[in-house]
Amino acid sequence: MSRDTLENRLLAVLRPVVIGVLLIAAVFPFYYMVVLSFRPLNALLQDPGKLWVSVGEVDVGTYTDVLTSVAGGGQGFMTFIRNSLVVALATVVLSLLVAIPGAYAVSRLQFFGRRQISGLFLAVYFFPSILLAVPLFVFFTRIGLRGSLVGLLVVYVAQVAAVSIYMLRNYFDTIPASLEEAAAIDGCTRLQAMRKVALPLAMPAIVSNGLFIFMIAWNEFLFALLFLVERRDRWTVSLGLSQLSGSIEVPTTVLMAGSVILTLPIIVLFFASERLLVGGLTAGAEKG
Amino acid sequence: MTQLAGGSGVTGPAPRAPEPGGPGGRGTSRGGRRRRSARSREESRAGLLLISPTAVIVTVVVVLPILWTVSLAFQSVRLLNIRTTGVFGQYTLENFTDVLTSPGFLQALLTTVLYSVFGTALAISIGLCAALALRRPFRGRGAVRAAMLLPYVAPVVAATFVWSTMLNPQFGFVNHIGTTYLGWDDPIAFLSARSTPMSLLGWEIEVPTALVTVILFEAWRSFPFAFLFLTARLQAVPETLDEAARVDGATPSQRFGYILWPQLVPTIAVLSVLRFIWTFNNFDDIYLLTGGGAGTEVVSVRVFDYLTARGDIGAAAAQALVLAAILAVLVGVYLRRFGRTGDQP
Repeated sequence: MSRDTLENRLLAVLRPVVIGVLLIAAVFPFYYMVVLSFRPLNALLQDPGKLWVSVGEVDVGTYTDVLTSVAGGGQGFMTFIRNSLVVALATVVLSLLVAIPGAYAVSRLQFFGRRQISGLFLAVYFFPSILLAVPLFVFFTRIGLRGSLVGLLVVYVAQVAAVSIYMLRNYFDTIPASLEEAAAIDGCTRLQAMRKVALPLAMPAIVSNGLFIFMIAWNEFLFALLFLVERRDRWTVSLGLSQLSGSIEVPTTVLMAGSVILTLPIIVLFFASERLLVGGLTAGAEKG
Repeated sequence: MTQLAGGSGVTGPAPRAPEPGGPGGRGTSRGGRRRRSARSREESRAGLLLISPTAVIVTVVVVLPILWTVSLAFQSVRLLNIRTTGVFGQYTLENFTDVLTSPGFLQALLTTVLYSVFGTALAISIGLCAALALRRPFRGRGAVRAAMLLPYVAPVVAATFVWSTMLNPQFGFVNHIGTTYLGWDDPIAFLSARSTPMSLLGWEIEVPTALVTVILFEAWRSFPFAFLFLTARLQAVPETLDEAARVDGATPSQRFGYILWPQLVPTIAVLSVLRFIWTFNNFDDIYLLTGGGAGTEVVSVRVFDYLTARGDIGAAAAQALVLAAILAVLVGVYLRRFGRTGDQP
């Protein structure tokens, strides 16, 4: 047998094995999460190896428990969901509001300090967030803004807007400037040309950027922990889950239901927009 | 999670507007000199106006706080006396000497480096295997690709919680399999054991259990990132090259070594820098998995402890600065050694 056939045969076996192993590794934890969220705790303790839920065993009590308010004897995830939604949506709106004009300016207009400013924004992106956490924690403690969602929102917008500008700038660069020049010749002012020509063309990038910002804000943990930990009514879903998982009073299965609630919106958003997101992330790669 | 933004420049020569001339230069063809300068003045004003909201918020919330950290690092500040501390306090190098000579710091730094190096290397290797395995089309490939990105997009708190449940010594799935089918004598406390003796070919070695576990978690969580960018790069490799080599009788491993690999090296180099930076700065994963216990204390978790539990702001600031400085030096050395590959990250 020649080396070529040997290698080809080996690869024919190896390829499906690699794909299978990686697929299981990637998906299994999420499957496990869902299964556990429907199993009663004592069933889990008795048979930890069982990877499915029998029909008679299905327990949705975990979900009602986790969603019921604290006053009603539950874990109060409804409040956490509201907080997370408020912060994430506000971050999306505010970041896009400042990032779209900024990205347009960096892409299209010559102005003093343009390169320095985009360099600064890129640097923000690589900064250790723990380095930023020190002064912000101290500052927010000092002015008494800890425990407020507004403080968190400001931090998110500052971190995300810089990254958004970088992503959107790359997209604006691919839109021919001649289109706006044509609009200018037709009598549009610069602002009109931006709003009526460049903005609609950049919509796919703006939407995917908005989704991306939402995911960042929804998933964020460190700053939520630093700013909100003392106020249970202000916890986000991420923070709530991490805080409750430290206590032994809340059953693991109930927290698994909480994990599903935390993960589900992200996975739904991701699959709904996967083409858009992945396309946006690797834009330019195929054009090389 | 910020990592997702990856920047499109990573995977190839991204389109970039030519810097000199740029849009401002276009005025020349249409008008005279005076008209151009009026136009470029107007353009400069418009540009600054449009960028200013972001510039202001980034300055106030990122740049000034970081400058303030530098100032804090040179003062003796605790959370208790923070109200009386100003910019013009008593400056001292005490924090740095304390931090650098304290017993835990060098250990934490070493752990951080080990964690970043092995986490990055594993994530990129697995990502490369995945990208190569999924190169040829088959039914359902799109769905498999999307599923492989799940660990990367899922919220870190949920991912760490599921992992710690799976690895739980009492009712975790992994230990159940291990003790029932693999003949483990005792369940392994993956996240709280500093080390576990293991016999390999008759050798007794101590495996740093918790550290290995958090490294594996990091690899699991970020291999999709490498996978995504390597897949994009592989798609840009011209099909004809591969075919020509096949006609010439090159075996699959030769085609990989001589054709694909050289094309992938620049992407892998950029990926290594990006992943290394992010892993080096990572706080969430280790804090949530082990809380920094059992030999997994990295510098960022240590900074957090100093900041919140001890309220020693000066020491926290000093350690965070040392972390950032070391990172800057490492990345600088890397870039100098291996040159600038590709575009800006």
